[in-house]
Amino acid sequence: MKCQKCHNAATLHITEILGEDQIEELHLCEACAHNHLYEPQQKSTGIKAAPSGHGEEIDEAGLLNRQCEVCGLKFVDFRNTGRLGCPHDYQEFHDELTPLLENIHGETRHCGKTPRRLPHSKQTQSELIQLRKQLLQAVNKEAYEEAARIRDRIRQLEES
Amino acid sequence: MNLDSLTHTSGEWLRGSGPESDIVISSRIRLARNLAAFPFTNRASNGQKAEIEALLRERVAKLELEPKLSYLSIPALSSLDRQLLVERQLISRELAAADGPRGVALTPQETISLMVNEEDHLRLQVMRSGYSLEEAWQEIDRVDDLLEQRITYAFSEEFGYLTACPTNVGTGMRASVMLHLPALEYTKQIEKVFRALQKINLAVRGLYGEGSRASGHFYQISNQITLGKSEANILNEIQSVIPQIITYERQARLSWLRDNRQGLQDKIARAYGTLCSATMMTSEETMDLLSAVRLGINLHLIEEITIPTVNELFIYTQPAHLQKLRGTSLDGEERNAARASYLRQRLREAGAHPN
Repeated sequence: MKCQKCHNAATLHITEILGEDQIEELHLCEACAHNHLYEPQQKSTGIKAAPSGHGEEIDEAGLLNRQCEVCGLKFVDFRNTGRLGCPHDYQEFHDELTPLLENIHGETRHCGKTPRRLPHSKQTQSELIQLRKQLLQAVNKEAYEEAARIRDRIRQLEES
Repeated sequence: MNLDSLTHTSGEWLRGSGPESDIVISSRIRLARNLAAFPFTNRASNGQKAEIEALLRERVAKLELEPKLSYLSIPALSSLDRQLLVERQLISRELAAADGPRGVALTPQETISLMVNEEDHLRLQVMRSGYSLEEAWQEIDRVDDLLEQRITYAFSEEFGYLTACPTNVGTGMRASVMLHLPALEYTKQIEKVFRALQKINLAVRGLYGEGSRASGHFYQISNQITLGKSEANILNEIQSVIPQIITYERQARLSWLRDNRQGLQDKIARAYGTLCSATMMTSEETMDLLSAVRLGINLHLIEEITIPTVNELFIYTQPAHLQKLRGTSLDGEERNAARASYLRQRLREAGAHPN
């Protein structure tokens, strides 16, 4: 069977329930299915949910190009793939992600299992984030010895 | 671990036993976890993925679990072996097809599988035959606790366990139950059930997960929401509807039997007859016919074979299993012939020695 959106072989078969007595069957290739599954929800939330008004386009361009200093992910990358780049992105794009999470889950705060070690590792978590930044800077200026030292410290914290 | 040994058993989820196993095939829970100090898999270089793999592999090997998990590196496996693991639901299609260092740790009974460098660094999965979500949760929670003593997970108090895709953030938990619902489908009540489930944010998927078709009248029902609800709450929500669906399916089976016993009997006999004598058989047709036979066994309309045998046939007639059994790679047409011949042989044996 061929994909309904391009000429590749359809490998994914999606049955969508649109509402009362309405069902849509889709036969798509991997790439088109990915677009189908992730794009609409991002378009309807996130960016478009940003406050409208003066300078909206500039704001949007600014947001799309904003980059996480830890992993280098730009917001536009997330919009295109539906995937974040590193744990720090949840902080970096906090305000943009919150309405999206609300849309997906109906809630924006975790209420469930907590790692048992968390109380004494909270400090560690922010230190890890700091260290990751330093590691990236060290690599960027090709200071490999420093980078190795930072990486060892990260390991140490990871294992503690 | 020798993968060829997998082709001698049907694996945990098709064992065909456990609570409500006339309708519930299996219960499964997965948790998505990431390491705090690395970018998510999609932004990790192959060097970083190798580091993540080495770290997780070492920690997993030290887990105080009996029996021990065996680790398989996916790039080291042939594409046939990868497909075999997908068919057995031990790895996802995504992990089989991805790039770079990645793998899976398994227990010999195939009840636990830990995927490394899937969409998230770690995807824990626990499977049980029949309707046993509670047991699956106890087990996965224990494995997660043991791992957490050795690994710093990416976690925020606000958003919970941090995942590459925001649809999994929070608990990172997806709990699912696989049901065989031939009568609800035949009597066209299934759509009503789906709509009711959708309203309470439960997802319905086919046999092989996201985007797959519901072949053989198998459906997986799982939670969609992972943030803002505790694991216990999520499980409760699923557990509050599954018994109802089981009851509906049983009622639909009984009224089908009452209203059109002869028609149903004929449908099942024809399915069995075709399986016993056809010389070419696609995977899709096999699923549909075996589904009818499975229903027939549960309604005592057919006595020649047992549920575990039918379950075995479901898995062994999948493309990779079939090629493993034949010991050679087969193209589509050859597979259809091999599948039909395998079914004829197994059903002849089963018919000669009914259990």
